[in-house]
Parts: sequence; structure tokens; C-alpha cells
Amino acid sequence: MIERKRKVAETTDRYAVQAQGLTRHFGDIIAVDGLDLQVPRGQIFGLVGPDGAGKTTTIRMLCAILPPTSGTARVAGYDIVREPGRVHEHVGYMSQRFTLYGDLTVEENIRFFADIFGVPARQREEQTAELLAFAGLEPFRHRRAEHLSGGMKQKLALACTLIHEPDVLMLDEPTTGVDPVARRDFWKILYTLLGRGVTILVSTPYMDEAERCNRVAFLSEGHLLATGTPDEMKRRLPWQVLLLRARPQEEARRIAQAIPGVVDVEIMGDALHLFVADAAAVLPALERALSGRGLEVRALRQITPSMEDVFMQLTREAERIL
Amino acid sequence: MSNIPYAVEVEGLTRRFGEFTAVDHISFRIRSGEVFGFLGPNGAGKTTTIRMLCGILPPSEGTARILGVDVARSPDRVKQNIGYMSQRFSLYEDLTVQENLEFYAGIYRVPRRERGRRIRELIEMAGLVGREHELAGHLSGGVRQRLALGCAILHRPPILFLDEPTSGVDPTSRRRFWDLIYSFAAEGVTVMVTTHYMDEAERCHTVGLIHRGRLIALGAPDDLKTSQMRGQILEIDCEPAMEAIDVLMPLPEVQEVALYGLLLHVTVANAAQATAPIRSALSAAGITVRSIEPVPPTLEDVFISLVRPAPSS
Repeated sequence: MIERKRKVAETTDRYAVQAQGLTRHFGDIIAVDGLDLQVPRGQIFGLVGPDGAGKTTTIRMLCAILPPTSGTARVAGYDIVREPGRVHEHVGYMSQRFTLYGDLTVEENIRFFADIFGVPARQREEQTAELLAFAGLEPFRHRRAEHLSGGMKQKLALACTLIHEPDVLMLDEPTTGVDPVARRDFWKILYTLLGRGVTILVSTPYMDEAERCNRVAFLSEGHLLATGTPDEMKRRLPWQVLLLRARPQEEARRIAQAIPGVVDVEIMGDALHLFVADAAAVLPALERALSGRGLEVRALRQITPSMEDVFMQLTREAERIL
Repeated sequence: MSNIPYAVEVEGLTRRFGEFTAVDHISFRIRSGEVFGFLGPNGAGKTTTIRMLCGILPPSEGTARILGVDVARSPDRVKQNIGYMSQRFSLYEDLTVQENLEFYAGIYRVPRRERGRRIRELIEMAGLVGREHELAGHLSGGVRQRLALGCAILHRPPILFLDEPTSGVDPTSRRRFWDLIYSFAAEGVTVMVTTHYMDEAERCHTVGLIHRGRLIALGAPDDLKTSQMRGQILEIDCEPAMEAIDVLMPLPEVQEVALYGLLLHVTVANAAQATAPIRSALSAAGITVRSIEPVPPTLEDVFISLVRPAPSS
């Protein structure tokens, strides 16, 4: 099915998603506030931000499941307010709590979604087979969904989302709670879909995943705080980043925090990231302080900031501004 | 907090569900005051193990002792000594932050005269000052998780079991949560925590990796990187990275290719020997190679090399 030439919506829009002033209130709470967003066709676009930033609400509006309080958006060439039915036809949506029928088999779940989306009977067999192969679920086709591992459930949910050949995929934290190996497999599938021309909007709490997106938008308390390619966002950081891997780490952290010019120290796995205004100025003082205390320094160098560094910085800015 | 050197001692612990062996003769010990990371793929047996250690699920075989007390024999005595935060921890959404803490203080029989002070302490610790009267149902993920942690430690348990406490929590909140974990450990609390975030696992004193019910690796993160890694890692910065994966996978030198952000980590038997053939294969495929260099393995590399089924060749 996906192999076949894609039926792209009758439009020449450069953007698969174009939102203007998208706003949603829940009573007194403004979950999303005047959001402008553009997702170029054929790209993978990451939506990141602190918990409660409005990511899920945004995705649900863009899928035409939740009407906006004001503002509008065109998705896959259709207006989410005036043509929600059209949007549903062209968009695949995988919610955080996707619904699989635990007592149905893998194959039966896919068939069930084919029914819902009105996939013609003659195409159904072929598409089911293709999706099973595509998601690597062929060996498990007769297993009940409730007996699948977390990673396989996620793949099955994605397969169900693809049954009606959507042009645009909206994935709300698809890999939360999934182990590292399954997470990688899932992303390989996403890249295959991209290669076939599908546009993907994905929200994620994993910054290594944000790193792989063509563009990223950072939301906080319903506002769009920053958007761009991961590289652009890193260049906008007001600090340089030093990586320090030393033992014992807690002591290294205390020493680093006391060096003038070190703005912040974050633990990143087995290393520390130091946010500094001027790396060249800080490095000699830091080296002296560390060797003076006899710490074992395994690595100390300036690095390109990661998306996780960007996230920390933007969260801090958001706490100041909002 | 206690004179027993090991807070948790597990020997041959096994749990079967019908034909299926969820946990298969695992043995390990956790020293008092240690942060122990329990890793493994989905469905490997992590939650089943923790539920046995908490006295919620009886083992089919083997023993678990918490502060020297056999869990299966004296589950009630054990429960006084542990705090348990499950994947689906239950907060009462229609109760406020304060009311949730009061409710759990009642359940854990925190003496009435201590209750007010203890709740105050936890509200400060969890960064919930000013939010005492918000409904739990209105809190964001990271804040809910900190409240749940507060509820799990109201009775000052010397041992904490945390089952994926940071799943779905944003990076900043995750960090705050781990700072809390370390502040407990500094006070002598023993923590056993499951996670799918390898950067969190790197911070643990010891990690155990469970796969298909068996404990397949156990040790300090740094030790596992030297003892368990069956190859060396080349870090490749190239463009386009996704196409490079397809070029690299079939090469005889390559055991595994993994994406790190946009960098590739390629597992090979010998980094020095593999660099040249990898570079020429990528160039031949029209891929721009910015750098190839050997790097020390991360815990994620170790995890993947141990868990990924060997390619059926």
C-alpha cells in the first residue's frame, strides 16, 4: 500500500500543516495560545516542551478531533474547522493512550481499523499483509495484542494508524515507556515512512529524538517559544557548553560550580555539561582546580550543545518570561 | 540507617505464570544507601521482580530478604520498611496535593502529631510549595510524579522501589526527580529504580540488566562498559545518516549500528582495522563523512549489544 504512488491531496501547499493563531481554552485555562506553526511537506517535525505545555492539545486540534477556541489550521490541504472529515481521511493519529483491542489478535486489530476507515474490502487483505511485514509483526499476526511487549504494541498501533494511507502522521509521544532497542526500531520505521513522502509531526520527551527531526518547535504554557532546525536552535544558545567527565562526579560538580564564568552545571549521564559564557576563559581555571584536588579527569572539552542543553536553557527562559 | 550491610538480598528468585517464567532464578544484593538501576527491555521481568520484593506477589521459588527479613514469610513487616512507587501510582485526582499526602499519611499510620510537620517537609522537598490546594488531576506529569514520590516516602522507609518513575516526564523534571533520589541516598536510603533512560542508568551506583527473566549483567556502569561490551565503538558523523545505516549494516566488519541523535555508533570487533573499509564504503555510496573516531561505549551501547538478538546469518 505505501509502496504505491501516494495520492497527495489536491493541493500545491508547500506545508502539510499550517496553523495560524491556534488557541484553545478549557474554562479559565488557556492550554494553547495563538500558535503559529508551519510543517513543510515530507519532513519530520518535533514538538517538545515541559509537561503541560499544550503539545497534546495542539496535536488534537491539528487532527480535527478537538475544535480550536479561535484561530485555524490547514492540515494536508484541508481546513480543520470547516473540513474535519477531510482532515480525518488524510491524517493518521496515534494518541498517547492509543487503543488496541487486547483480546483481538494483531491481524484482527488491523482489520478492525480498516473497517473503521472504510478501506475497500478488495484492498484490505493486501494492505494488512503489507503493514504486518512493514512493522515487523508478521511472525506475531495471530498473537493477541495484550500479549505483545510494549515495543510491539507501539508498532501495531502505528500500523493501525497507517491503514488508510494518511499523508500526514501525528504521533503523540509514541515511544514513551519503550525500551532503547524498541525505540530505535520504531524510529527506523518512521524514517522509512519519510522516505515515502509522509509528513510526520511527533511530540517527544526524548531529546535524542528531537535531534533527529528536520525542525523542532518548543512549547511552554501554550506558547511557541522557539522553532527552527536543531542546528539553528543550538546556535541561538547564549552559552557555550563544556563536557567534563571526572570521578568522583559529585565533587567535580561542586568544583565546577565554584569556577567564575560557569553559569550552570547539568548532569548528563556519566558526564557533566557546564554552561559557560566563554569556554577559553574557563578551561584553564577549571583544569587547575580539578587537578589541584586530585580528581581523575577523563574528558574535558568544548562540545556542540545537544538538544537537551537547548531544552534546559529554554525551560529556564520560559520560567523567567511566562 | 541500618547495620545490615545489604538492604536487599535476592537468591534464586523465580516467578512463573502458568507455562511462562517471568523471572528466572535471579540473584543480586543491594548495599544500604546504594542507588540500584534495574534495566531491561519491556516485558523482561522488571516489574514482576519489584512486585515480589515489595511482598505484593509471592515468588514461585527462591527468596528475597529486605533488611534481613524474608519477604514471603513476613510481608507485613517488610511493607513498613519500603516505599513503592508503581508505574501507575495512584494519586486521587479529585483530592488536592495536601489531601493526597494526608490520605497516605493515614494509610501509613504516620503518628498524628508528626503528620503536619512531615507533610510540610515533603511539600518543600518536592517543590510543591504554593500548590498545596491544587487538585492532583490538574498537575502536569513531572509535578504529579514528585507528589507520588512524596506519598511513597511519608513513612520514612529506608528502602524505596521506583518503577519507571520518570516515564513520559520532560527532561528538566526528570533531572529534578533524580536530584531528589540522590538526596535520599545521601541520607542513607536505598533506592531500586527501573528506567528506560540510559542517561539515568549512568547515574546509578550499580545496574542490573534483566532480559527474558534472567539477570544477564550486574555491576557499576563503568565496569559494565569494559567487561560486557563485545566490541569497540566507532562514532561516525556523516550525512545523510539514515542512508549510511543501510550501507553499514551489510559490511562484514559491522556488528551493530545505532543512531545517537544524528551521530552513528557502530559496533565493530576492532576499531583500528574497521575504520578504513567503513570510510570507503560510505564514500562509495556518496555519503559525506565528517568524522569517524573510536569512542568509549555508553551504557546504551552495552544495553543494545546485550539485548539485541544476534543477527541470524
